[in-house]
Amino acid sequence: MNLLSRRHMLGALAAATALAGGTFSVALAEEKTSVKIGYALSLTGPNAGGTGITTHPNYQLWVKEVNAAGGLEMPDGKRLPIEVIEYDDRSSTEELVRAVQRLATEDKVDFILPPWSTGYNLAAAPLFDRYGYPHLAATSVTDKAPEFAKRWKKSFWLLGGGHDYTAALARLLVGAADKGTINKKVAMISIADGFGIDLVNAARPSFAEAGLEIVYDKTYPVGTTDFTPMINEAKASGADSFVAFSYPPETFALTQQAQVADFNPKVLYFGVGTAFPIYAKNNGDNINGVMGIGGIDGTSDKIADYRKRHEAATGKVPDYWASVITYASLEILQEAIKRKGLDREAVSAEIASGTFETVLGETKLVDNQLRDLWWAGQWQNGQFVGIAPDDRTGASQPVIPRQAWKK
Amino acid sequence: MLVTTIVSGLVLGGTYALLAMGLTLQYGIARIMNLAYGETIIAAAFLAYVLFGQLGISPLAALLVAAPLGFVFGYLVYRVMMRPLVARAADRGSLEIDSILATFGLLFVIQGVMLVIFGSNYTSYNYMNVGVDVFGAMIAANRLLALCLALVIGAGLYLALTRTLWGTALRAVAVSPASAPLVGIDVDRAARFAFSIGCGLAAAGGVVISTYQTFTATAGVVFTMKALVVVIMGGVGNIVGALSAGLVLGLVETFVATYVDPGLTLAATYLIFLAVLLWRPSGLFGRSAR
Repeated sequence: MNLLSRRHMLGALAAATALAGGTFSVALAEEKTSVKIGYALSLTGPNAGGTGITTHPNYQLWVKEVNAAGGLEMPDGKRLPIEVIEYDDRSSTEELVRAVQRLATEDKVDFILPPWSTGYNLAAAPLFDRYGYPHLAATSVTDKAPEFAKRWKKSFWLLGGGHDYTAALARLLVGAADKGTINKKVAMISIADGFGIDLVNAARPSFAEAGLEIVYDKTYPVGTTDFTPMINEAKASGADSFVAFSYPPETFALTQQAQVADFNPKVLYFGVGTAFPIYAKNNGDNINGVMGIGGIDGTSDKIADYRKRHEAATGKVPDYWASVITYASLEILQEAIKRKGLDREAVSAEIASGTFETVLGETKLVDNQLRDLWWAGQWQNGQFVGIAPDDRTGASQPVIPRQAWKK
Repeated sequence: MLVTTIVSGLVLGGTYALLAMGLTLQYGIARIMNLAYGETIIAAAFLAYVLFGQLGISPLAALLVAAPLGFVFGYLVYRVMMRPLVARAADRGSLEIDSILATFGLLFVIQGVMLVIFGSNYTSYNYMNVGVDVFGAMIAANRLLALCLALVIGAGLYLALTRTLWGTALRAVAVSPASAPLVGIDVDRAARFAFSIGCGLAAAGGVVISTYQTFTATAGVVFTMKALVVVIMGGVGNIVGALSAGLVLGLVETFVATYVDPGLTLAATYLIFLAVLLWRPSGLFGRSAR
């Protein structure tokens, strides 16, 4: 009896809460006091490393800056502070999907910020579309971006496709080969996982079209820590260029092991992680000349200022590739909200068609994609600067051959 | 080329062996399947990173701090968490299940603490990253250190276990925890020591590995898995088994990467794991019946 009545009471309580909640949200709709921004990120698990460098600190920086200025500006000039709803997807796409659903249907947030990495953005894209949220995929590298932008009208792809990166690299290598600084042989390894597979599949045709000869082409499984066999093979192959489409742990290991083996190809190109600040910290001057994916405009004051603010606000140094793109995507969202308010339909249309002043300079998306990107970068004097496309303003001259490892 | 492959295979295997020896003690003698083993390794790696990065203390010196700390940590964990489980366990099977569940929880506690303190970033630093010429193969000094440490610890523990009274008692507990008390062995004490030494070894391994491998606060499970494969392959509780299984794995991986395809190293690892289990179900050096 006691139990029963307690259950009744609980039921009544729940009903009352639901009722109160209902009226509460109606009241909110009339007079908004904050903008709810939600995101689900891999704060723990294997993807936490990348998320913790590129994505999470930028979200924190942006929210901090916006709220310090009084909040997001609305079209009527009023400012509404951001209220953050944060979930940890524990590096599982299932959790991510659940969390995004929850953000959209239960938390009813105004905007959802995207997760980190290509795969996770692809996993979340259909949900953003289904619930009508603009999806600014700032850390997704995919050749299918044009297709996706058509399929999901409110999706925006800001980091290019694998083919963009490999074609630019091929042009760079051929340019140097034509000058006679390197031969046309390339030794290439790649990780048997998302990014590595995409990039190597794009690289094979890119290199072949450019007339480069791939003399060594192997993939390695996730978790490989010893690259001695591959380095020895590449060394014996006679290639002047060594390209690795690697993830951070292998990028770091390769750099260390290339030094130990005294492996000094004229061009060294590594994948994700090359643009990480810790890379410079660990290897000092020795990394000068190492190439990799991404890069920044080393001459831009705006970017230099952004890097300072980022470090001051989060205590972390941003990377030299997708960090600044992520921040620019938030600036675009902020400006679109300023112009159109909280109407997600109108904001999406504005992101697609508007021109925005961001940390990257004047930014405009073409077919829902950001095309003004650095496809290849090189460490020069302690900065990872963009070297391709070479005709873009702010491009640095590539240094080939790179300096040999100093002992 | 062949010599290079053998040497680098042995060096890689040294890392695996170093990682596995602590676990084999914990699982074999204390009968505790410690799923938080990898987290202990990572915690020690962070300790070495902080000592080296902030205070400029060399990882070699950190080794002298981390190993005793690991021992004390293991001692406390056993005292507080494991002792009640051991006391109430009806048989070996139920202790295994209970300890798996308990250490699974411990895994997240340690991981959570590390995430709060260090965040989720990739962590690495360079130390002793210089080439040493070993029979014509250039080997990184830090990896060579791991191999040497594995050999020294392996030999030392083997001698201690086979030549001393203390070691004989530990082995007796491993073979038959029920009958060991009949000959005056304090089973609880033996298990506690085995577990603590295991944690100490994990900590020592973590320090050495941090000098050449990138780690994150959440990467512990990778180490636990690898160590588990080596332990089971070598025979649970057998130090020489863990040492040789580690070296075999390293050799196989390097040979496959050099002469077959780097993409097949993982497949080769599990193939040989399977082969050993089919051929000798209790591992290379395991006893056929427990």
